[in-house]
Amino acid sequence: MDRLTKDDVHPKILQKLLEDSDITFEDALENEMVLNMGPQHPATHGVLRLLLRLDGETVVGCVPDVGYLHRGYEKMAENMSYYEFIPHTDRLDYISPMANNVAWVLAVEKLAGIEVPVRAQYIRMIIAELTRVASHLVAIGSFAMDVGALTVFLWTLREREKIMDIWDILCGARFTNSYTRVGGVANDAQPEALALVKKFIDEIDSNLSECESLLNTNRIFIERLDGVGVISKEDALSYGYTGPNLRASGVEFDLRRATPYLQYDKVDFRIPVFTEGDCLARYFVRADEVRESAKIVKQCLQLMQPGEIKANMPKSVLPQKVEVYSKMEELIHDFMIVNFGINPPVGEVYHAIEGSKGELGFYLVSKGEGHPWKCKIRSPSFIHIQSLPHLVKGHMVSDVVAIIGSIDPIMGEADK
Amino acid sequence: MELKELISQKLQANFPEAELEFSEFRNEFNVKFNKKFVNPICKFLKEDSELEFLLCEDITAVDWAKRKNRFTVVYHIFSLKHNFRLVVKADVDESDCNIDTVSSVWKTSDWQERETYDMYGIKFNNHPDLRRIYMPEEFEYYPLRKEFPLLGIPGSLPLPKK
Repeated sequence: MDRLTKDDVHPKILQKLLEDSDITFEDALENEMVLNMGPQHPATHGVLRLLLRLDGETVVGCVPDVGYLHRGYEKMAENMSYYEFIPHTDRLDYISPMANNVAWVLAVEKLAGIEVPVRAQYIRMIIAELTRVASHLVAIGSFAMDVGALTVFLWTLREREKIMDIWDILCGARFTNSYTRVGGVANDAQPEALALVKKFIDEIDSNLSECESLLNTNRIFIERLDGVGVISKEDALSYGYTGPNLRASGVEFDLRRATPYLQYDKVDFRIPVFTEGDCLARYFVRADEVRESAKIVKQCLQLMQPGEIKANMPKSVLPQKVEVYSKMEELIHDFMIVNFGINPPVGEVYHAIEGSKGELGFYLVSKGEGHPWKCKIRSPSFIHIQSLPHLVKGHMVSDVVAIIGSIDPIMGEADK
Repeated sequence: MELKELISQKLQANFPEAELEFSEFRNEFNVKFNKKFVNPICKFLKEDSELEFLLCEDITAVDWAKRKNRFTVVYHIFSLKHNFRLVVKADVDESDCNIDTVSSVWKTSDWQERETYDMYGIKFNNHPDLRRIYMPEEFEYYPLRKEFPLLGIPGSLPLPKK
């Protein structure tokens, strides 16, 4: 099309058009710009929105905006029984549903004072550790993908797929498992599933080394992460860091060791600690933790003895379905628990486990009714996202992607 | 001396006017006091060399609906030195719905207090950036208060016209 002339348009509009077409800057670096990153951005791991203030390509300020996935789970928990909320915990940190199940039932059991049989505790440890392996594999893979190493993502997901197959046999679901029950687990672990677990943990070391060999000697990967997003020990504690991110900053804190729950005091494992506090250290901690988790699972398989998988407390533990259909007493208890819920004593408890992202805690307040009076979810991702402005300040825009990947936030959990 | 005794003695010696109350449930140690003392007591718990509650795990509130002091603000803090979790509480009444911030003590409390404000409408005095965090800024209600219905309030969020 030819240039517009005065005959074609109104002179005022023409002037405006010419003004808009003039986008030459005097000095590009002089201009501060606000960049809106997300909520629909592949590297923000869900619906995280960041408002970045840029000077050239350097980030001078950052405001995270969360809440795009807020579903009000805390409100919903107040209106349903303790059993009904188990499937909802799957949807919190959707990369590690099993660990959320375990955290929830442990909090409820602490509130109601239920003692769980040892075999169920070992099964819970196995699923919690395998979940940590799966979660860290996704974290490492997507982190590598964020900084440009695509193959690793496919390789780690291939390993995670094997864990999904184990879940499939164990509880019939691959993704949203809802496997634990208050007072135990839904069903005993089948020999086939345990054989697959054994096969998986025997192979994971060499398979992970394969993935690592693509990264640890990769100069681009190392140079993009070394010294990026550093957080000191004091700042990390003050920001409430827990889990792998805290341990990458040189604090040896692990709830499995600090406040042992389940049977973690019976197994031997090392807590990987790195002191650099940068993106690379956070990657190394995760890779080491996968190996430690495999070690714990191996010991659990050895220590596990045949036995009961549900506590013998008919008033608060759901009976097996077969018994409900064949025995009167069990039918009555099943009816009472499903319709009126378990009624834990009046009181309030906080129970936290070492989830795959950090400290996953549930704070429950009971008024002696079938549903909780209050439920608070202490999600590690929410806390970690808060420190993003501190981490990204002074880095390039491309480093922001690496930093988000390194702290591994899951928005399902951060937004509740 | 046991740690629980040490904490109660130290707090009673340093804050005799704080109306301290100690309780225990399921092996969790609770301390409750007047809300005016929240900042000095938290600062003391963090900085005292024998206690060192460096990690603030969680801040939330409980709505008791019909009680006189309607809300209780609850802090879960952890001492890495002793591997000990302490529950700190302060009552807040609806007519005077505010409490001092502890964001100068622990940086993590910034967002946690914003979340509590968003959900319960408790104002945190001297907070650096007290905005809503999950709900939109123009939302008029506080969703976790007991009078807010589970299904939400029709018309409280603007929807596109038909």
